[in-house]
Amino acid sequence: MNALSNGFWPVVLTVYTPLLGIFVLALIGRAQRAGWVNVGCAGVSFAASIWLAWAYTVHGDIVAAGLRIDALNISLVVLNALVGLSTALFSRTYMLEMLSTRLSGARGVHGLRLYNSLFQAFLFTMLLALTTANLGVLWVAVEGCTLSTVLLVSLYRTPEALEAAWKYFMLCGVGIALALFGTVLVYFAAQHVLPNPAQGLNWSVLYTHRKQFEPTVMIIAFVFVLVGYGTKVGLVPMHQWLPDAHSEGPTPVSALLSGLLLNVALYAVLRIKLLVDGALAGTPSAHLAGHLLIGFGLVSLLVGALFLHRSRDIKRLFSYSSIGHMGMITFGFGLGGPLATFAALLYMIVHSLTKSAVFITVGHATHIAGTQTIDHIRGLIRTQPKVGWTLLIAVVALAGFPPFGLFTSEFLLLGATMHRAPLLAIVLLPGMAITFAGLFRHVQRMVYGPVPAGQTPVRANLWPVYVQMALVLWLGLTIPTLLAHWLGQATALVAGAPLP
Amino acid sequence: MSGEVIQSLILILAALVLFASFVQISRERLLPAIHAFAWQGALVAVVTGLIAATGHVPGLYFSAALTFLLKALLIPWLLHRLVRHLKLARHREPLGHPILTVVLAVALVIFSYWLVLPIVAHSLSSTRNILAISLAVVLLGLLMMVVRSQAVAQVLGFMSMENGLFLAAVSATQGMPLVVELGVAFDVMVAAVLFGVFFLELGEGGELHNVDRLNRLDETRDGDL
Repeated sequence: MNALSNGFWPVVLTVYTPLLGIFVLALIGRAQRAGWVNVGCAGVSFAASIWLAWAYTVHGDIVAAGLRIDALNISLVVLNALVGLSTALFSRTYMLEMLSTRLSGARGVHGLRLYNSLFQAFLFTMLLALTTANLGVLWVAVEGCTLSTVLLVSLYRTPEALEAAWKYFMLCGVGIALALFGTVLVYFAAQHVLPNPAQGLNWSVLYTHRKQFEPTVMIIAFVFVLVGYGTKVGLVPMHQWLPDAHSEGPTPVSALLSGLLLNVALYAVLRIKLLVDGALAGTPSAHLAGHLLIGFGLVSLLVGALFLHRSRDIKRLFSYSSIGHMGMITFGFGLGGPLATFAALLYMIVHSLTKSAVFITVGHATHIAGTQTIDHIRGLIRTQPKVGWTLLIAVVALAGFPPFGLFTSEFLLLGATMHRAPLLAIVLLPGMAITFAGLFRHVQRMVYGPVPAGQTPVRANLWPVYVQMALVLWLGLTIPTLLAHWLGQATALVAGAPLP
Repeated sequence: MSGEVIQSLILILAALVLFASFVQISRERLLPAIHAFAWQGALVAVVTGLIAATGHVPGLYFSAALTFLLKALLIPWLLHRLVRHLKLARHREPLGHPILTVVLAVALVIFSYWLVLPIVAHSLSSTRNILAISLAVVLLGLLMMVVRSQAVAQVLGFMSMENGLFLAAVSATQGMPLVVELGVAFDVMVAAVLFGVFFLELGEGGELHNVDRLNRLDETRDGDL
């Protein structure tokens, strides 16, 4: 039983608790109870992820039950479980509120049951995608994310929600299909090299043999994978679904989409990029994968920044900000080298914490104002100081102000750009400045200003937000030794050398 | 039968798979397009079975059976029922630019051959042909989703992309590991059911015939709840 003692239980509990939750929640009809069970499942998963982190620190890489924990995914797994828990806490009260407004009627009770069950399905597929050792299962899990969120986006059954869900389904479905073709090509390349071809989708086996793969096959595979999973990352021009799905779905789902799903998709691209980089090393097109990421990243940053100004819907505003931020992170991984890679990994974590906190606060703000239209949301600080100030501070953090974590990561990324490719900073800096201006232009009008008639405070539980913002602040002031160690190891894996 | 005969048989069947894609794109009515899709699924299943027989890969027999059940029977049956339920059997949707569409489709097939050429320079010529055909089927599915604005037709395009992907996996690598194939089949089935749900919803709103009319969401719209 020695193999079982090394982290078998924590990894299984972390990933499979939500799977159990899917079935349990499908059976619970009572709204109050279902909300708590939802929180409970996310809580068990989070507690197990802490146990997993401990096991990983003690034993190193963990391989169990087809899952694999290494430097690259351990921090993302803990992050996923944490944001999952805080969103579940928020969703409990928020969805009960919705039951009396947008989900009213007999359909509402079924709708809520479906919602809770799919919420766990969404968490499960993301955790499975992060932890699986098999590139094929990774694809199945990411496709599972799409399937579980399609019905979440269309939950309110309005024509707009249906339209958003249809676009999301079609675009991501096609994207994901292309990623499967890329995965088949990787498997094909592996067939000629591996001693046991049946293991041709096992990532660690592929990684060991990555230098022997046929470069031309890997290039084409990477293009398919990048376009495929890139659709889910929200890279321009495959980003069309993202603002729609964010604005029309329930707010807890927007928080999970922006905070976690985009990271998971980028993680999938990164896994394959590591193999491609190995195969291309020494050929004339050694940095091809990186250059593609740089290109997609910068275009996404600019488009996200410009569309942010035109947004009239508060949730669309922040979804364009997500496109921009994911662009920056993609750019960071494309740039490569220890500093940029470290910055991008840290960026993934702080962006996810900040963005989900922002969306939770936005959920309360739209509830207060009764609308998502930016022009009609006014005087949040006077109506309910707690919500107004939290939104302002969270957006300050999101815009990359010190002393928050996003400042650290953006600063490191900019430093790396100046060092390695100073010309690209000409694109990067205006992109950051435009995003910054766009966020403030909109947000300061929403939090300050006179209170519209009849606007009253709502019941708001902001504790999850406070905890996440405290973490973002902490990461801005200092990076804990353990996290620094994990990120250092992950940097070594991705960039080939640890941060000096 | 000798190996060579079976190889040519596989090639002919693969060519028919591609032909089924062309038929799906050019049909004006939905039911013939669904029938073409069902035939395509059956052909893919037969190709899989033949590859299992020549390569002595018993696992592939299972995949072949699964494909036949799912792609040739279950999903076409589901779509057929929906089309009848929504009274779409007599609905015609002529292509906007039929000649342009066919030219584009042919160009995509040529592009697929060009793209696949360096990939399989070292493999058998039959692998190269089938891989090129499967990529072409994927791209033709994509083309169908672009040129058709009827929701059911778009879903057919989507599903025939999956056929192309499956053919690629079978021909290039003699099938993916079993757990992956089961996962993919499960995803495809769930997707088919979800599409059914969507058709019913869109049918209520009258947007089934023209998905292009789904254009409410942009930056100029107010977000009032």
